[in-house]
Amino acid sequence: MHLSLRVWRQKSASAFGRFETYEARNVSADMSLLEMLDEVNEDLIASGGEPIAFDSDCREGICGACSVVIDGVPHGSRHGTTACQLHLRHFKDGDTITLEPWRARPFPVIKDLVVDRHAFDRIIQAGGYVSVKTGGAPDGNAIPIPKTDVDRAMDAAVCIGCGACVAACKNASAMLFVASKVSHLSLLPQGRVERERRVLAMVRAMDDAGFGACTVTGSCEAVCPKNIRIDVIARMNREYGRALLKAGFVE
Amino acid sequence: MPLDAHIPSGPLESKWERHKSDLGLVHPRHKRKYDVLVVGSGLSGAAAAATLAELGYRVKCFCFQDSARRAHSIAAQGGINAAKNCCNDGDSVSRLFRDTIKGGDFRSREANVYRLAQISAAIIDQCVAQGVPFAREYGGLLENRSFGGAQVSRTFYVRGQTGQQLLLGAYQALSRQISLGNARMFTRTEMLDLVVIDGQAKGIVVRDLVSGEIASHAGDAVVLATGGYANMFYLSTNAKGCNATAVWRAYRRGAVFANPCFTQIHPTCIPVSDEHQCKLTLMSESLRNDGRVWVPRRREDCAKAPGSIPEEDRDYYLERKYPSFGNLAPRDIASRATKEVCDAGRGVGPGGLGVYLDFGDAIRQMGIERMRERYGNLFEMYERIRGENAYEVPMRMYPAMHYTMGGLWVDYHLMSNLQGLFVIGEANFSDHGANRLGASGLMQGLADGYFILPYTIGHYFASGRPSKAPANHPGFAAAETEVKARLARLLSVQGKRTVTSFHRELGRLLWNDCGMTRSEAGLREALRRIPELRAEFWGDVKVSGSGGELNQDLERANQVADYLELSELVCRDALMRRESCGGHFRTESVTEDGEAKRDDAQFAFVAAWEFRGEDREPMLHKEPLEYEEARMSTRSYR
Repeated sequence: MHLSLRVWRQKSASAFGRFETYEARNVSADMSLLEMLDEVNEDLIASGGEPIAFDSDCREGICGACSVVIDGVPHGSRHGTTACQLHLRHFKDGDTITLEPWRARPFPVIKDLVVDRHAFDRIIQAGGYVSVKTGGAPDGNAIPIPKTDVDRAMDAAVCIGCGACVAACKNASAMLFVASKVSHLSLLPQGRVERERRVLAMVRAMDDAGFGACTVTGSCEAVCPKNIRIDVIARMNREYGRALLKAGFVE
Repeated sequence: MPLDAHIPSGPLESKWERHKSDLGLVHPRHKRKYDVLVVGSGLSGAAAAATLAELGYRVKCFCFQDSARRAHSIAAQGGINAAKNCCNDGDSVSRLFRDTIKGGDFRSREANVYRLAQISAAIIDQCVAQGVPFAREYGGLLENRSFGGAQVSRTFYVRGQTGQQLLLGAYQALSRQISLGNARMFTRTEMLDLVVIDGQAKGIVVRDLVSGEIASHAGDAVVLATGGYANMFYLSTNAKGCNATAVWRAYRRGAVFANPCFTQIHPTCIPVSDEHQCKLTLMSESLRNDGRVWVPRRREDCAKAPGSIPEEDRDYYLERKYPSFGNLAPRDIASRATKEVCDAGRGVGPGGLGVYLDFGDAIRQMGIERMRERYGNLFEMYERIRGENAYEVPMRMYPAMHYTMGGLWVDYHLMSNLQGLFVIGEANFSDHGANRLGASGLMQGLADGYFILPYTIGHYFASGRPSKAPANHPGFAAAETEVKARLARLLSVQGKRTVTSFHRELGRLLWNDCGMTRSEAGLREALRRIPELRAEFWGDVKVSGSGGELNQDLERANQVADYLELSELVCRDALMRRESCGGHFRTESVTEDGEAKRDDAQFAFVAAWEFRGEDREPMLHKEPLEYEEARMSTRSYR
């Protein structure tokens, strides 16, 4: 098949960017979108051009590195699919595809389709963990955990930290990302010990990083490649309210 | 140079416990004086960085990804082994030890493997405490499943995303140490050289992948947790960024490389669909708990729809050949059996390079919901890639390059022959011998990072060996100059062929001559061709852009240049080892049943290669493998 690409090109963080057009000729429907970009880059390198920079690593939808807005939708319009798992069979011969980086102030563009997502690491550093040291852990079966609780915790823990939720949100809110970690840990007895401290610290870090507020449009849930549901945000709000009350101050 | 593994004396079962109490200690106040550089943030790297920082050392951790959370350990699907005997099915430390030694075809170091089995249970407890949501039974206790090469259920798992959850546990522990100021993280930073001063590892040279800046970091010890070199084969299940540069640079600086030819091919991966494919995807071994592998009995049935082939015309070849282990035969054996039926013309799908992995029986028995619960994300992944629904039609699978058991040589303390250079996880060689069992890679990475290195590195510091090298020592400047010159040379060739075209050619050559089966003639041909290809690369490669910016083409060129050297060592080692063992299958050394035939009289040793300069052949050192407890027997899964 033959596809036309409109790709965002931006030399560096401080440079102006613009769309450039490329042709992907004789590509196979079984290729993934990123494999097509690999091919386009091969041609660009061979002809003395500069290849398109984009992030990717595992190419199987789990590392969360790939971050391309495809025709206006982060990771493209296939439900529950990362850009690296999106295959060309879902496009039609002759289609024009527009590729852009995540666009959100807390995720500055580094080059072309590559963005800086350190803000997510900083939020986890603020409290997205259980404060245990290595060694001295009790037997893993010492505290039985209801299967339903573990299953719900895992439904939230599947987050791959890609940032599509932020890219889709008109407010660039990181609520789905933060709420996934808050929910995962607050649903388990091991994480419940420091639940108040955690949610307050993570929300503060999220605000400090410049992410916007949540206005419950649900766009994050719609693009999440791991199908994390917006319920986690409700859970986080509850955890947050609870923590404020327990801390003895209500704004 | 004699290689001393420093294995403690005494009975196998008490070596580690006794040795731990003999190891030197560093007073908590003094730990702040030591800088540890951890390269890589996967399971072993993140676990080590977090634990060392908790202990009080000053830790710097480096990764080439944009976040520590993306290391390729994240893609491990099936599970992690531990001898907790939760199923009351006869498991024990001794049995996990024996399964692992046998799985590795008696080419691993006994004391290391025993220690690994002993530590395994504590890993699960540690991860549960971190909040890893392991699968649980309705009663709230941990659930298990089976993996290849074992007749007990000892694999703990988190749906099909065990690696992800274990890595996030380690990443979160490391994040906590970063917030406390005990560790610093350097992302999008790639190690390009090791700095060795007076025989001691004293630091590393790195490139900032965004700015292109070359810089040095000085440390009292360097820990390489940089994974394996499967990407040398171009098509593999590894992430695109996985590479061998760190271990290869260390080798060139004097660290010896052990058993490079021990590479693992995983039996169940999604077959190659076209020539532009850049990456293969594995389907977890756990699927073989319930999936049955088969091909048609008759060649003329291969083109038929699988559903139209009646039961009596199917050949469940793993169940037929290995009745006691069936579909859960170890990876090397299952891969070869698959190659055998495909070579006989009974493979299915394009080019006849595929076999069916069929869940029909399991779905009929347990219902679709139970299957979805167990493997939902794997079926989904298959659907994304192939566009087929595996609940209705069987999956099509073919073996692919997956893991490397070989790596830098380390002693019992996980220290290489270079003082102060520690190597952990897949990057070292010690625990898996000639074949790794499923769900043992995660176990080893975390054992090294959480529970072994933190003890042994302290002993290194306590024994007073390290002397500080200041960052302005000329050794750093010299290494930086070499790195810069190499990158400049890559950029200056400006030939006609792309980096990828060289990498593809090397991969094809290795797959054919040093893949699932290896022969004297094939290996000699590879050893003739690789230096030629390397010369062509340095004479005709075209690398775009400059060194002073984000340049993914330059990063890959540098990695492929290293593969073009490493691959030669791999073939040299494969040629030297004139026996078959585990994943290393020499066509000249086969039993009557067509299985791998070991030669213990001649080859019961670790082959450790020492670099002696570009114009000289590397020197082979042998560490003999002696077994006190395990009995070296012919490995049988029949």
